[in-house]
Amino acid sequence: MAAEGPTIDALSQFELTPVFGAFGAAVNFSQANAFMLVSVALISALYVYGMRPRAVVPGRLQAAAEMLHDFVLGLVTSQVGEEGRRYFPFVFSLFAFILFGNMLGMLPYAFTHTSHIAVTLTLAVLVFLVTTIIAIRLHGLKFFGYFFPEGAPLWLAPIIIPVEIVSYISRPISLSIRLFANMVAGHVMLKVFATFVVLLGGLGAAWLPLAALPLAINVALVGFEILVAFLQAYVFAILTCIYLHDAVHLH
Amino acid sequence: MADEFDDRLRKARTRHGLDAAENGGKGSVHGPWGFGLRAGVELVSALIVGVGLGFLLDRWLGTSPWLLMVMILVGGAAGVMNIYRLFMPPKRPPK
Repeated sequence: MAAEGPTIDALSQFELTPVFGAFGAAVNFSQANAFMLVSVALISALYVYGMRPRAVVPGRLQAAAEMLHDFVLGLVTSQVGEEGRRYFPFVFSLFAFILFGNMLGMLPYAFTHTSHIAVTLTLAVLVFLVTTIIAIRLHGLKFFGYFFPEGAPLWLAPIIIPVEIVSYISRPISLSIRLFANMVAGHVMLKVFATFVVLLGGLGAAWLPLAALPLAINVALVGFEILVAFLQAYVFAILTCIYLHDAVHLH
Repeated sequence: MADEFDDRLRKARTRHGLDAAENGGKGSVHGPWGFGLRAGVELVSALIVGVGLGFLLDRWLGTSPWLLMVMILVGGAAGVMNIYRLFMPPKRPPK
């Protein structure tokens, strides 16, 4: 994907355009929505077709499905505890959706739906609401004691309570900004270095050896971005687990 | 030979944080990169919430700019507290 003209155009890759012709345009069905559906379809396919053999010794696809399942299950039980198992479907859905979204974005011509703050903020607000509702259902009004730690001197309450409330509300903001910023930054870097290759190559054959340098950087960056794609899905899931732990155990 | 491989695999998995649960890792499972990225975002997001809340409360109560000034400080304090929590995970009572 070359830049139009001799400029570095790193942000147009995040523009939303309607897909599926006139029907898509009428309901503003953008490529982000399309790739969300693709990731959900791929996750479903992995489990429907991958688990079909139900073999004791799993094949490749079944092994992948089981590894993903066990990985998230280990995450949930180690962070939330055994009683966290009932929240496993929630964490697993989030993790798989974000992981597939991030990884799909690494394919050429694909769109990274997690590179939009609207998407990540929606997911983070969902986590925020779910954990808050769980905490209130399990602990009732004692939940509000969370904002004032036991043993703190009472005269500090006017300072501690607003700070704790702001700190609590900042959870979905930091959760969403982290994921979105990492995905945007990675794709911008890839695009900038890819444009360097094209621009240097366009200057003439003498510049081609120099154009190999940004190309080499891009090769390394792709590997790094795949790591980030996994790591950010993991961080989102583990923070969800930590918040669930706080909601269940409340201290 | 097989033992040696298992040993190396376990070391590699621990290094990459995949087996963090075994060595009692709680939350802070990724290396300096993860810490660095998290710390910056935690600090800024608390400040965003503080400024946003102060601005909205000012608009609502008509006390501009006093609540905004107070909430900037509160947001900064909350950011520092987020980072404190990041590095000092709360003691989890034994179940």
